[in-house]
Amino acid sequence: MPPPVLTGTGITAGYRHPVVTDVSLTVRPGQTVGLAGPSGSGKSTVARVLALLHKPFSGTVEIDGETVTGYRFQAAQRTRIGVLFQQPRLSVDPRFTLRQAIAEPGGDRVEELADLVMLTGDLLGRRPHEVSDGQLQRACLARALALEPRYLICDEMTTMLDASTTAALVGVIRAYQERTGAGVLAISHDATLLARWADETVRLSAPPPR
Amino acid sequence: MVNLEIDRVSVRFALKGATVEAVNDVSLRIRPGECVALVGESGCGKTVLASALLGFLPGNAETSGSARLGDVELLDATDHELATTIRGRQIGLIPQSPASHLTPVRTARSQLEEAARVLDGDAARAATRAGLAPEHLDRYPHELSGGMAQRVANALALVGDPWLLIADEPTTGLDRDLVDGLLDEFRRLVDDGHAVLLITHDLAAAHRIADRIAVMYAGRIVEVGPAHEVLGDAKHPYARGLANALPERDFLPIPGQPPLLTNLPDGCAFAPRCDQATAICEERPVLTDDEHAVACHRPC
Repeated sequence: MPPPVLTGTGITAGYRHPVVTDVSLTVRPGQTVGLAGPSGSGKSTVARVLALLHKPFSGTVEIDGETVTGYRFQAAQRTRIGVLFQQPRLSVDPRFTLRQAIAEPGGDRVEELADLVMLTGDLLGRRPHEVSDGQLQRACLARALALEPRYLICDEMTTMLDASTTAALVGVIRAYQERTGAGVLAISHDATLLARWADETVRLSAPPPR
Repeated sequence: MVNLEIDRVSVRFALKGATVEAVNDVSLRIRPGECVALVGESGCGKTVLASALLGFLPGNAETSGSARLGDVELLDATDHELATTIRGRQIGLIPQSPASHLTPVRTARSQLEEAARVLDGDAARAATRAGLAPEHLDRYPHELSGGMAQRVANALALVGDPWLLIADEPTTGLDRDLVDGLLDEFRRLVDDGHAVLLITHDLAAAHRIADRIAVMYAGRIVEVGPAHEVLGDAKHPYARGLANALPERDFLPIPGQPPLLTNLPDGCAFAPRCDQATAICEERPVLTDDEHAVACHRPC
């Protein structure tokens, strides 16, 4: 039985040119790893590789002992990883109601999930332009948890949110971790937030000038 | 130099079968040499208020109250009047997510030079002041990082040398060093005698540069006062909850959700989420008239 863990080993990735070189990272079940670094240091690229959304130039990603061979739509393990992005408005189909957005991964647990993120009945019938960023990000979190992922990757999830909504969503994620033992990778440029949220923080250095 | 006097401004949007009460009875004064931060969660009406001041509201909006800049009544001014005497000349706007407000098919330089020509400004000086090097100016918006796009937006807002700058969520998506640099730049403008209205959900940013902080909830200002008092010793339970939710403090959310702006309670809009609420909160509290004002029947 291989150890349950999400690892990236020697990841070099980018878009034509490498943005990150030889980065290694491990997320264990129940653990929250912070990923910090200045603008342009490749935090989001690392997140996209570990979320199996972007194929690295070299290096491997392993999920619970399986080496990932395909990325994006070819990734068999994609449903084991949930992702939250910085801008909820860009990650929800504007034609969907929040109810449809939460049901998108194919769950029949919409009410239960909505409850979890504290979205009330009337809001579920609204479309993205009729709700605030905070409410939309709550729906995105419900959607990310719909398939009970083993790992959750939060890429600047709280950037658009006020202090209270930030604390609320981090609270929902912590409760989910306690219940399921999921591992979390939290990416943020807010050092104070990561100091409070993460068990340990990995720091990427500034990009070399090109 | 004149004051901006916002007096009992309300903004409503008429939708099919509903009215959105986006801004309710907001009064606020901004003087030259002062930075006022308007804080509150997204969707509480901050941006709508800024749009009302500049005449950027959509056709279904109804405004009431008054917003006077010197002897100009901004809410009654025609679009022509706003375009030729106010926007960019007296009030500069740094819009939310600046990258999406730049014309994608033209370089930063061409946009800045156009603004300088129309507003009789100095493009090169505005660029230098905003921290832009000449080589940055020759880039197209998609070639600019978030921090650089923000600087271009700053240069565009400042090129006409307005005395009041309205910055709408300027720190979103920037890392700490860029945020600090930007806020220091705003502070320099304020110290030069400009006024800055900083619209933000980032309490740390507000704390860093604001002289006064106004806390908005469900379209109403619930507390306004000196920055360190509002953050350090908030009187309104909502303002207190927001400050305590910061990761360096309790990191605990305020229970519940804000009310829908189509269906606001008659009394205090925060009462359903407030652990201090009693029967008296069914009556709407009035904002007190002191230096550190609060609209609450049972202030902390």
